[in-house]
Amino acid sequence: MSKIIKIVLFLGGFFFLMISCENKANETRSETLTTKNFKEESINPEVKMVLIKAGKYQPFYGTDSSLVEVTDFLLDEKPVTNKEYLEFVMKNPKWKRSNVKAVFADDTYLKDWQNDETLPKNANPEAPITFVSWFSAKAYAKSAGKRLPTLDEWEYVAMSDETSQNARNKPTYSSHLINLYNQKEREKNPVKVSKPNYWGVYNMFDLVWEWTDDFNSIMTTSDSRTTEFDDKGLFCAAAGTSTTDVLNYASFMRYAFRSSLKANYTVGNLGFRCAKDLQK
Amino acid sequence: MINFIPKNFQIKSNSDNFVLLKNSKKYSLMKKILTSLAVVLLALQSCKQNPSENSAGKSENAMEIKVSGETEDQKITNPPTVPAPIGDRAAKKVVVHLEATEEEGELADGVTYKFWTFNSSVPGSFIRIRVGDEVELHLKNKSNSVMPHNIDLHAVNGPGGGAEATNVAPGKEAIFNFKALNPGLFVYHCAAAPVPMHIANGMYGLILVEPAGGLAKVDKEYYIMQGEFYTKGKTDEKGLQEFDQDKGVDERPTYVVFNGKKNALMGANMLTAKVGETVRLFVGNGGPNLVSSFHVIGEIFDKVYTEGGSKYNENVQTTVIPAGGAAIVEFKVEEPGEYVLVDHSIFRAFNKGAIGKLKVTGEKNPKVYHKVQ
Repeated sequence: MSKIIKIVLFLGGFFFLMISCENKANETRSETLTTKNFKEESINPEVKMVLIKAGKYQPFYGTDSSLVEVTDFLLDEKPVTNKEYLEFVMKNPKWKRSNVKAVFADDTYLKDWQNDETLPKNANPEAPITFVSWFSAKAYAKSAGKRLPTLDEWEYVAMSDETSQNARNKPTYSSHLINLYNQKEREKNPVKVSKPNYWGVYNMFDLVWEWTDDFNSIMTTSDSRTTEFDDKGLFCAAAGTSTTDVLNYASFMRYAFRSSLKANYTVGNLGFRCAKDLQK
Repeated sequence: MINFIPKNFQIKSNSDNFVLLKNSKKYSLMKKILTSLAVVLLALQSCKQNPSENSAGKSENAMEIKVSGETEDQKITNPPTVPAPIGDRAAKKVVVHLEATEEEGELADGVTYKFWTFNSSVPGSFIRIRVGDEVELHLKNKSNSVMPHNIDLHAVNGPGGGAEATNVAPGKEAIFNFKALNPGLFVYHCAAAPVPMHIANGMYGLILVEPAGGLAKVDKEYYIMQGEFYTKGKTDEKGLQEFDQDKGVDERPTYVVFNGKKNALMGANMLTAKVGETVRLFVGNGGPNLVSSFHVIGEIFDKVYTEGGSKYNENVQTTVIPAGGAAIVEFKVEEPGEYVLVDHSIFRAFNKGAIGKLKVTGEKNPKVYHKVQ
């Protein structure tokens, strides 16, 4: 008898788990539906997209050794620039500073622009756009017929240095980055001046932090010492994992930065680039 | 999601109860043993609870302390100065403003470093409240910061000491409230990932929670905090120095300093006192790695509130201050002259900067100290 009760309770638990997973899936579906109501006028920025070949990589989070597979995809060779974003805004007036809704971009959206249609004074048109929200970045990508890269895609490309596809194990990889990251106002510099990485992708590290589509899916708890990770986006996945490389301070910084964001946040050193599925 | 967790818990606890019920005989025996043990323990405990003399206040019923009066905006002072003592005021609401900044500054003569700070100083502003106070802490991250920052106050009872509530992106502000339940001298620091680097770059400070009625009156109060820096170049190598992660992990600091730079408490910046005055030092250790052996050459601490807690020891030569810990030391100065503050792990003082000075002026006192020949 006792066994039967136990089994029933157990199954009940699983049932709940499934239900709640399903609910979440439904919610996200309805969210995408609502964002679809906003139609973007298409833009056609001239930016080379680089083919990133499929491969497996060890995510920074997770204690197990399970690798994540990244399939072939295309990635903008550089972050979206001021000039390109201005063009987007001109064609999509609802993304002008005075028109944008607070839920989609907070009060620092395009903060330094002189007005709705003029870049900041002394701004280099070829410098990356900043003070943009996740919503606005997503809208831009959509209007360009693209999407934002996933966190896995972005980090997969970020494993590379100039010469090798996976530079993570080089002792200089992280130490170089943490000192680069520590430099201010890098976002004022134009794109494509520094050298491209192994894939031919520019400016992964040296100008801005970049939005990813699922920026908040894997988050370090804001208190980094517990070595635990919340899984605020992967609602039904196992939680309580930790990082695979505690010496990779550069990765910690990126994850910590992402975890400090909300989707309507706009920050002075945060931009984005677009990605695209490979057409077969 | 919200529904899901409690349900799962329910199931778990049900099955636990079930097992216990099954073995109910064993259970009741266990219960008896545990109860009798508890009684014995309680008895022992009450024997121990003699009123202790060297104590500066207790935290009991701090939860019940009501706040009253006007909300206070905490005054910002720069180390080594501290805000005025709380005296015997009632508990109230206190608003504290801290701003996380990243800025280049001097680490030693001709040596610069990119410090990360609270309120543009290392250590950050001294926060001074009393037990029972309700603090509204605003943590702003300066808009030109590169990194996210947060704050963990060791004086806070709650997850992450506030870190969880304050992870804040550049240009944004986080606010959280806490009630000070335990009196003492506590460290606060940034706990954003990677936390060793945030601390190594200078993101720490002290918060003093005074007991009801305040600390005893003294003549001089100063704020000192030890911390290590790990630079690519050797000690005193000129120019802008980068953070060296390897040295940090290996715990091989290039600098061990008081108040964020070599000679911060030397020359024109010496601490001062007059003969006959009692000096109170709030001494913290930000770390990130080393434990300090804090000593003042030529003085004996009349009182040391060990580890920043409520009890004091008397007549102490050198006190240990752990990384992420603090101590309050008090001493009366009897003889004029320069008194050298050191980490008595002495290579640090001699070679890496862990040195400061207290200059005492006034009448000589031959009875106390007198050179004969």
